[in-house]
Amino acid sequence: MTMKASTRQVDGIIIVDLSGRITLGEGSVVLRDTIRDVVAAGNKRILLNLGDVTYIDSSGIGELVSSFTSVRNQGGELKLLNLTKKVHDLLQITKLYTVFDIKDDEAQAVASFSK
Amino acid sequence: MNATRVSYTLESSLESVNKAEQAARDLAVKTGFDEEEIDRIAMSVREATVNAVLHGNQYDPKKRVTIAFEVTPESLSVAVRDEGKGLDPGSIPDPLAPENLLKQSGRGIFLIRAFMDEVRFRSMDPGTEITLIKRVRGNDPDGKEASK
Repeated sequence: MTMKASTRQVDGIIIVDLSGRITLGEGSVVLRDTIRDVVAAGNKRILLNLGDVTYIDSSGIGELVSSFTSVRNQGGELKLLNLTKKVHDLLQITKLYTVFDIKDDEAQAVASFSK
Repeated sequence: MNATRVSYTLESSLESVNKAEQAARDLAVKTGFDEEEIDRIAMSVREATVNAVLHGNQYDPKKRVTIAFEVTPESLSVAVRDEGKGLDPGSIPDPLAPENLLKQSGRGIFLIRAFMDEVRFRSMDPGTEITLIKRVRGNDPDGKEASK
């Protein structure tokens, strides 16, 4: 039921691997705290891997948007990787699909960040 | 009419939100909806319950959320009622408007309307009741939302 987040670094890009549910309460808080810690450590190029996210609600969508704007406002970039069909559909319905830079190949995603 | 009714009176907590979502999922499975429809029904009930707990009752431990499910051969209907100050559905901003697109909140009712066949709001005294209806495929003569 809960969400887990782990971070790793590839070619200077922080990849956050998320799994589980991003929903009101614990999941959204885990995402918010993780992004805050990554940015506080001086990392502003972030790739959120959503491949193992099984469920996301409107609060989770809001947290993704908030993470995106927070990183962007600090001069960084946040991109999304490996959307499941459910998450893809939600971002399309809410018109956020065009807001986020969405990738489905990790190596290409890492290379796409500005140097 | 052949109908099954189940209702829950829940505390204004996040635990209630998860319970409502699970109850909706279980009933949607029993009703015979397909996997995508089950996900959409469960998410809509979750969003309606979040609104009731968070915006309606504002986590007030003295206030309850009532959720009434009704299953017929034609449809699944869910009424979620809070004891809050009331909600004017006409005042909810459009989350797709450019000025709202990057807002953190405000997508719950939009998603409910996108996912269910019919959505009705009723002012109670006190509170608001939102009724969500999903028709079993083949029983959907009119298509989408009938009223606000």
